[in-house]
Amino acid sequence: MTNLAILPILIPLLSGVLLAFTHNRLRVTRTLAMLLALAHLITMGFLTFHVLTEGSIVLEAGNWIAPYGIVLVLDPLSALLALTTSIILVAVVWYAPSSVSEEQESFYFYTFVFLLITGVSGAFITGDLFNLFVFFEVLLMASYALITHGGKKVQLRESIKYVLINLFSSMLFVTTISYVYAVLGTVNMAQLAERAAASDSPGIITTVAILLFFVFATKGAAFPLYYWLPRSYIVPNPVISALFGALLTKVGVYSLIRTFTLIFHQQPDIIDNLFIWVGNLTMLFGVIGALASRNIKLIVAYNIIPAIGFMLVGIGMFNSDGLSGSIYYLLQDMIIKAALFLLAGTIASLAGTADINKMGGMIRSHPVLGWMFFIGGLVLAGVPPFSGFIGKLLLVRGAFEKGETVTVIIMLITSLLILLSIVRAFIRVFWGEGNTGAEPSGKYGSQIFSAGFLMLFTVFLGIGAEAILPAVQQIADYLLEPQTYIELVLKGDH
Amino acid sequence: MEIIMIVLAGILFGFAVYNILQKRLLRIIIGTALLSHAAHLFILTMGKLKRGAAPVLREGTENYTDPLPQALILTSIVISFGVTSLLLVLAYRAVKTNGTDNMEELRGNNHD
Repeated sequence: MTNLAILPILIPLLSGVLLAFTHNRLRVTRTLAMLLALAHLITMGFLTFHVLTEGSIVLEAGNWIAPYGIVLVLDPLSALLALTTSIILVAVVWYAPSSVSEEQESFYFYTFVFLLITGVSGAFITGDLFNLFVFFEVLLMASYALITHGGKKVQLRESIKYVLINLFSSMLFVTTISYVYAVLGTVNMAQLAERAAASDSPGIITTVAILLFFVFATKGAAFPLYYWLPRSYIVPNPVISALFGALLTKVGVYSLIRTFTLIFHQQPDIIDNLFIWVGNLTMLFGVIGALASRNIKLIVAYNIIPAIGFMLVGIGMFNSDGLSGSIYYLLQDMIIKAALFLLAGTIASLAGTADINKMGGMIRSHPVLGWMFFIGGLVLAGVPPFSGFIGKLLLVRGAFEKGETVTVIIMLITSLLILLSIVRAFIRVFWGEGNTGAEPSGKYGSQIFSAGFLMLFTVFLGIGAEAILPAVQQIADYLLEPQTYIELVLKGDH
Repeated sequence: MEIIMIVLAGILFGFAVYNILQKRLLRIIIGTALLSHAAHLFILTMGKLKRGAAPVLREGTENYTDPLPQALILTSIVISFGVTSLLLVLAYRAVKTNGTDNMEELRGNNHD
């Protein structure tokens, strides 16, 4: 059974390679990509079920016993995140033919998408810090290819900045790993946790941890390292924006959750305050950016940033409610961001412009689109009964437990401002008179369908919280108890 | 020996950052290449320099060089090699389509 842990990496990798061979037969590629994405979703569903009911799966690659070899750890957190990734993959593959031009599609589009998923899933399930860096590079390489896919002037201009900032933070990551190796003498996460806990010089470990925080904060777009994100995320095709917005920053947040709950929690005062204050500022500055923009894609892109702030604050609480809030928010935000990017892409392509001041009255010609965008806004702001509410409720509870009243106030103000930014876009685009957009075509149907597919999951995460919440709370308790992970990897009989 | 290596890595980091802060695209790319060299040198130093010994080859070896940093560097070199070559191609395309290699002029405006 332990070999199952490699499937989340293996399936998308082989699919990507397979799709490279069929790239000039478009119909075959589309069907095959859809089938492979569904197969991935089903496999991930099965694996998550297996992990949640029977316990985590640990694979020691090549039978090299941990900590000497590379381990892949499919624990409940990794499994749920990899499952969410596969849901987004299905929606994206569904949406792609209606939005990406045929020429672009046949230029290895699906190969790169699947390779991106390989990197993301790999980052979620690896149990080794250096391996995490390698999977970051895998997903970044695929993202470099996707962000320039199509080769428009503005894309090439923005992608340079995107590549440079990521290259710089990757090199900082490598440097930090070498610090970690110098201080603790290993890169295996479980062994790192064990040695960090036994170390008698927590000061140096905290210093290294803060360096690592900056690396992941750059990848995850936290204040003040988010400035590269909004503009570079809106230049590629909406499908690619959805993929990036849903997955890439969240990998950074996942890495923060994993490393800081497991390894670097030696001096809680410093680390927790760092998370809470960076989180607070990220929320405020992100939402101000969203309010200041008139471009519908930019509004959605800026809304990624406050969400990252919410998750960081939750990690900073470091109690059961705070962490489960973070994880719940992480899961639902992946889905809702993908859905909103897809909807914003549809709106912009129907209206022929992304400027909300040049649109109006689209509710008459596209009612379904309008109401879906509106519900998306409610989910984002955290209006009950949708999924955003559950995450925020947990976070607020965690903050009160920790005694962080200022954070609670900032969270609630931010939620209101998020609602304002989305509703203002909704009013401008869908009410009043003006450019009502092109007539609905066949393409429109499949676009609505794939966004609706994602919306279903967010609504389920909200209304069906009873089913998901216990699992998430269990994960939070499991993260608070690093010993479980250490025993699972180092001493488990798997 | 470690001190010299660390100073050397520091100098490389310094030159790399200086080059990355320049306006010409090519200078920036040279900066990133230097940055990766600095990082690799740094990994090697952090694993403790030891000369005249092989990595662990058979059981019971007492005097050996730590093979892990070398494996890490090898992986990292391959990755940075790939990224640098991609960046060069990307920069070439960007300069051709945008007609400039000055980062000031690649800033963009609010209308697109």
